[in-house]
Amino acid sequence: MTQKQDIAPSDTAAGHNSRNPGMPLDLAMFEAHPVNRPAAERRAATMISRRSLKKAHQAAWLCNAIRCIDLTTLAGDDTEGRVRRLCAKARQPLSAELQQALGLTAPLTTGAVCVYPTLVGTAVKALQGSGIPVASVATGFPAGLTPLRTRLDEIRYAVDQGADEIDIVITREHVLTRDWSALYDEVSKMREACGAAHLKAILATGDLSTFRNVYAASMVAMQAGADFIKTSTGKEGVNAILPVGLVMVRAIRDYNMVNGVQVGFKPAGGMKTAKDALSWQILMREELGRDWLEPSLFRLGASSMLADIERQLEHHVTGRYAASHRHAIA
Amino acid sequence: MTEISDIMTTLDYGPAPEARDIVDAWLASRKDDFGHFIAGAFTDPGKGFDVMDPATGDRLAKVTQGTAGDVDAAVAAARAAQPGWAGLSPHDRARFLYAIARRLQQHARFLAVLEALDNGKPIRETRDIDIPLAARHFYHHAGWAELRDDEFPGARPVGVCGQIIPWNFPLLMLAWKVAPALAAGNTVVLKPAEYTPLSALAFAGICVEVGLPKGVVNIVTGDGATGAEIVAHPGIDKIAFTGSTEVGRLIRRETAGTGKALTLELGGKSPFVVFHDADLDAAVEGVVDAIWFNQGQVCCAGARILVAESVEAAFTTLLKRRMETLRVGPPLDKSTDVGAIVHPVQLARIRELVEQGVAAGASLHQVTAPEGCFYPPTIATGVEPASILAQEEIFGPVATLTSFRTPDDAVALANNTRYGLSASVWSENVNQAMEAASRIKAGVVWINCTNVFDAAAGFGGYRESGFGREGGRAGMRAYLTGAGAVDADRGEDDVPGDLDAAPGTPGTGSGIDRTAKLYIGGKQARPDSGYSYPVFGRKAVSVGLAGAGNRKDIRNAVEVAATQGAWSGMTGHARAQVLYYLAENLSARAAEFAERLKSCGASAARATREVDLSVERCFWYAAQADKFDGSVHQTLSRHMTVALNEPLGVMGAVCPTAHPLLGLVSLALPALATGNRVVVVPSQTAPLAATDLYQVFDTSDLPRGAISLVTGERDALAETLASHDGVDGLWYFGSRAGIARVEALSAGNLKQTWTEPGNARRWDSEEGRGRVFLEKATQIKTIWLPYGE
Repeated sequence: MTQKQDIAPSDTAAGHNSRNPGMPLDLAMFEAHPVNRPAAERRAATMISRRSLKKAHQAAWLCNAIRCIDLTTLAGDDTEGRVRRLCAKARQPLSAELQQALGLTAPLTTGAVCVYPTLVGTAVKALQGSGIPVASVATGFPAGLTPLRTRLDEIRYAVDQGADEIDIVITREHVLTRDWSALYDEVSKMREACGAAHLKAILATGDLSTFRNVYAASMVAMQAGADFIKTSTGKEGVNAILPVGLVMVRAIRDYNMVNGVQVGFKPAGGMKTAKDALSWQILMREELGRDWLEPSLFRLGASSMLADIERQLEHHVTGRYAASHRHAIA
Repeated sequence: MTEISDIMTTLDYGPAPEARDIVDAWLASRKDDFGHFIAGAFTDPGKGFDVMDPATGDRLAKVTQGTAGDVDAAVAAARAAQPGWAGLSPHDRARFLYAIARRLQQHARFLAVLEALDNGKPIRETRDIDIPLAARHFYHHAGWAELRDDEFPGARPVGVCGQIIPWNFPLLMLAWKVAPALAAGNTVVLKPAEYTPLSALAFAGICVEVGLPKGVVNIVTGDGATGAEIVAHPGIDKIAFTGSTEVGRLIRRETAGTGKALTLELGGKSPFVVFHDADLDAAVEGVVDAIWFNQGQVCCAGARILVAESVEAAFTTLLKRRMETLRVGPPLDKSTDVGAIVHPVQLARIRELVEQGVAAGASLHQVTAPEGCFYPPTIATGVEPASILAQEEIFGPVATLTSFRTPDDAVALANNTRYGLSASVWSENVNQAMEAASRIKAGVVWINCTNVFDAAAGFGGYRESGFGREGGRAGMRAYLTGAGAVDADRGEDDVPGDLDAAPGTPGTGSGIDRTAKLYIGGKQARPDSGYSYPVFGRKAVSVGLAGAGNRKDIRNAVEVAATQGAWSGMTGHARAQVLYYLAENLSARAAEFAERLKSCGASAARATREVDLSVERCFWYAAQADKFDGSVHQTLSRHMTVALNEPLGVMGAVCPTAHPLLGLVSLALPALATGNRVVVVPSQTAPLAATDLYQVFDTSDLPRGAISLVTGERDALAETLASHDGVDGLWYFGSRAGIARVEALSAGNLKQTWTEPGNARRWDSEEGRGRVFLEKATQIKTIWLPYGE
């Protein structure tokens, strides 16, 4: 993924372009790994109530959230015009006045723009020179139930169109039937088809039923070389929720403890508020540390969240509560 | 404003202080100076002491040191108010409790800020845990107030309750004490802890707000001396105390023989057991909630982490990693995990204990903590079971970490303590978890969770962690009397007189001489003393000799009872079969027992009736053996909360003088039916009906150690039982002087006692049996199991 985000360069930025090389399928890393659901839910709930961000700190964390947003449109009525508007918003998520009032010294953009494959070309063109990567969903999004060859072709098409990142969906059946080698092979092939583009594996956790399944699927996807693991397509009954996120980031931590590789995390779907943006960042900070608050390792898959962040930031600057019609829409 | 860019580099949390201006204004409006709350109004502030904010050392207020006169006035107010309060309809009392619950919610943030300031605990905890739980407690007990007469038929309030609460959860402990007392129709004199009296004084304001009748709640501030005045006050009917085991012991001694009801919720050194198949992340977070909750100043803190050797390294790695993100700091900061220690005295105590542990070889892993009255979260390793760190309640953010090899090993280590308040068990294997929960001796066992509370579930300890339960039905029972209770002033004092163990008493001389021995561990045993004493019939003529048991016979009987647990391991059905069989065999020899009773002075009719009633009572308790079961509480969603009636363990039962057969059966059978092993001291003056029983026991399949009989000088034997640390519960139905001695001596290991003058209860009536006997023979273990996959 192209890195032009230098608002908050950190010492850890060195690893930004590093990929997850994957590893052979290792069942021992997940098959007997228990996840106690009530405990995960309790931790997720209290983690948020244990941390509070006020004033400048809240504003800074919200600005950081913008850096990490995959500004997304994935609707049946998407058009080139719609995508161009989205890209314009990605280039300038905050008005110049607001950005100045916040004292931001470097340009602020979203982490990426995420679209369907046929609109990748439009997005690439619209974002030219911005350094903002284009992400494309692929592989029969959202259900993923098209022939594997078709799905791999779709990846190659999107990459060919200029996509920097590919958000693939896994075959949920492989998880539900515990056919880990099939899942591993599938993601490995997709990773290969991605070439230089980064692979973000959507686990569609709302379809996986149990937290143990979420943990196992996370680990298999990482072993198969996923650069990011992502919660949801946005189309499942339950999308990004913190307890599931907790299970996934703990899998990322465990994978990192085994081989030192940093895999990114992307919650997606259902996140609409600035408070959500803070909660997910707190999760990353608490469980994985500062490194995972960079767009190289953390993305928020959202579309309407940005508007609420803008309003909160304006309130921070002016002390007045904001109205959404006074901000440019995506 | 380059600040935001800077923060974006570090992405740290920054300060998030909770405002305190409203609380400060409240303190200022009282000129930072408080009197007591007696008879519905604040008294003028008197001589007293400063209350400090432990996080800063700043003075918050001054409160008044309660004197004997203050306590007198408060008790008088409570006494005067009690008939009126008890005379209200249950519904009217319920309305007051409901109003208090609502007001606690409406003033929630005020109380949360005040509590954090006064105690030093994080605002996150007071806001999310202490205050909501306190309100929940009043809601729950508004319900009990409404339902009292439906759910506890025949019960009545105890009267005036003296309540002494600790500083670790000031308002919550107040709620745990005041809510059930008021719901039952009692009035209270409550003393908050000297370090943290302010939320109780704010609560007094809520009592005024809701128009609670004057004198129903009285709050007297002060230190231990004030507490002692309450404990000693003759106008108080019940003492409820939460605090240290040391002070609990003093209170037990102080109240011995006074007839005051007593419940004690004391210290702990609770095990936190992590099996190899646990969700280790969940268990690590459990440690945070167990020992770094409220700075570890929690009686049920999981202070002894026991982890399976096979996952010790992985668990320790995760735990240390988690410790790095703990934030120790200002209590009013919303991002603080661990706040201030309540008082420099406590801080010094924590430091001293840890230093002793280190001197004994412990290694510490600590994170940073600010200067001042703070102590860093600490894990101590290399702590042997004999170390002071493994034995003493530290009451600070310090846990020991020890490994175990096998599940048996884990249970043995878990139970290797004088305490028994709570335990936390972590395993994803339900067989493993339930097995451990059933074997660990503790009043509360949390499976895959810890420090979870709800007003509907009983809380309280085994062993030296105290007795009585708070919360739920069991908690209400502790504030009610009536059902199953008798008037202790009834009947002549039960004083059997001295034994004469010298030969020379004239005997009846008829028939073959029978040797009545003691019965210990399923075997007849000669008394250790080698002495016997004459048993008299209707005239001053000996009808036989009984063994003069002594303290060593008691020791031997208790030893067998403690080591032979077969009886307690049997199912209720299996125990019922044995007890029915006992009835069958007793019935088969009814004529012989009636003769024996006649020879000891009973009329023919009375003797026959006593035997018949004894057989009937055996049936009654045999019937109960598989029916006196526990309950499932309605607490939190997706939490199975199960209350088990567990036997006390090893019990002593000292029988009344009258009704030598029926008295024994009335005490031994409920103890046996509920699974206790029992050492019985039969009627001193007429023990031969009892000693005849051992032949019945022998033919009834009672396993070894289930029951032992030691005849002899009642009060001497009772005192040995009372002071024996291996006896878990003692029933004494004897003299009024004996009651005082037994209760005082029971303080050694804080065994549960049930004492009554031997002649107060009519043993041949309904009073001689009932649910109360089963309740007194058991203790409640509450097991929490959250579920969901």
